[in-house]
Amino acid sequence: MRAAVAGVGYTAFSRDSGRSVLSLATEACRRAVDDAGLDVAAVDGIASFRVMDDSVPAQAVATTLALPGLRFSVDADMGGQAPCYLVWLAAMAVETGRARNVLVYRALNGRSGARVGTMRFGGMGAQFRYPIGYDAYMMYVAMWAQRFVYETGQGEEDLAAVAVAQRAYAVDNDRAVRRRPLTLQDYLAAPHVVHPFRADDCTVEVDGACAVLVTSLEQARDLRHPPAVVASGAYRAGPRPGLDIGDHALWDDYTRNYTSHLRDDLFGAAGLTPGDVQVAQIYDCFTSTVLIGLEGLGLCERGGSGAFVRSGATTLAGRLPTNTHGGLLSEGYLHGMNTVGEAVLQVQGRGGSRQAARHEVAAVTSGALMDGSALILTADR
Amino acid sequence: MTAPPAPDRDTESGPFWQGLAQHRLLLQECPACRRRRFPRMPTCPYCGTDGGEEVEPPGTGTVYSWVRVERALTPAAADQVPYCVATVDLDGGGRIHGRLEPPAAARIGMAVTPVYVDHDDWTELRFAGPEGGG
Repeated sequence: MRAAVAGVGYTAFSRDSGRSVLSLATEACRRAVDDAGLDVAAVDGIASFRVMDDSVPAQAVATTLALPGLRFSVDADMGGQAPCYLVWLAAMAVETGRARNVLVYRALNGRSGARVGTMRFGGMGAQFRYPIGYDAYMMYVAMWAQRFVYETGQGEEDLAAVAVAQRAYAVDNDRAVRRRPLTLQDYLAAPHVVHPFRADDCTVEVDGACAVLVTSLEQARDLRHPPAVVASGAYRAGPRPGLDIGDHALWDDYTRNYTSHLRDDLFGAAGLTPGDVQVAQIYDCFTSTVLIGLEGLGLCERGGSGAFVRSGATTLAGRLPTNTHGGLLSEGYLHGMNTVGEAVLQVQGRGGSRQAARHEVAAVTSGALMDGSALILTADR
Repeated sequence: MTAPPAPDRDTESGPFWQGLAQHRLLLQECPACRRRRFPRMPTCPYCGTDGGEEVEPPGTGTVYSWVRVERALTPAAADQVPYCVATVDLDGGGRIHGRLEPPAAARIGMAVTPVYVDHDDWTELRFAGPEGGG
């Protein structure tokens, strides 16, 4: 049995929802089920993730949705590495007959409540970072970005190209929080926040929720929208991933993240190659992770990601439309759940004014540094 | 002036912090593969061998990467910007993060020397570039 994503649900994204996380999670999940055209009582699995207890557990959503019961439940203590991983786990549960219809969601008041940008990540490595002022996730990704652009011969205009290209998509996306057009000049005129990053290199924290519904391909064919087939999934941590989410003292190469490590597993399991990918949704808490991800997955050559983006290759008219919702940079920071949601919409042909012309094979990633996950979603072919 | 938070030491890390208090950098070296590691941990993360021998490198090294905070992200950093944190590859092996001074001098590949800064109840390892004087 094969699995597919059949529905996507979103709440509005805002700076202050004025609602509980439980209410947001419930709404997004209900919308995903309704979007698929399924009876909510058929849901028998839920998976979600949270950072430092910023969300509500699957059992709570099973309760608010008044589900008859759960056969599959995951609450992952993970950040942006999780979305593709959880969809893949849900697909495996469906493929092996352990569950029939699984919701995967991310919900948080990420702007008005606990903000990841200033959140203290506990763990054994924290004692070495916080006392010296190495105290924000942005600094860790910036540390990798600085080395990446140096070693691959790229620079600030390559980082800028990502921010500019993605903002152009967000201008047409009603859900996006940042929709003001951005030019290279605008980008360069802003001061650094953490060198080499400026404000437009960074995601925008929001309140909101996003959910997808995973079911069997057989059932998805009978539902409302074309299935987005889960052709393959992969999770990888490279060697010495560290003591916690912010510890990278033992990671050898800051120019290569988990995408380099999972590429062969991901494409091998799907029977596809990087050249087959028609749409990409690359996790982008910061601009640099798009460049590192494009190179890591083999979607462009090493050191060539900035030139690739600057050439227009990632626009709708280009060879590989990428982050067509504006990304986490512009749509909002749902920790990559909305990155998966956009990939599903694109494969289903529901991208509206930002729909890619060729959309039979989509690659999606989740995560920025030592570990992360990815999916290949395909049309039903 | 907001003091930086003191480290939450644990059983593994105790000797490292005690070393810094004496202005000594103590690392573990694997008795089998001879690779040095930081942070401290009970086994070698390269080959899995139990234990580690205490070594005391000079604390000199090379900047692998760096960031410079120009706008404070946390209240604790508000009166400290701009400041630079570098990832330093230590001579003899091992990689560590530390403040780099002066912040404007940061360059990848730059040679650095250790600077021990005593706070009220802990000692911090910083690094100085050629212009910093140490």
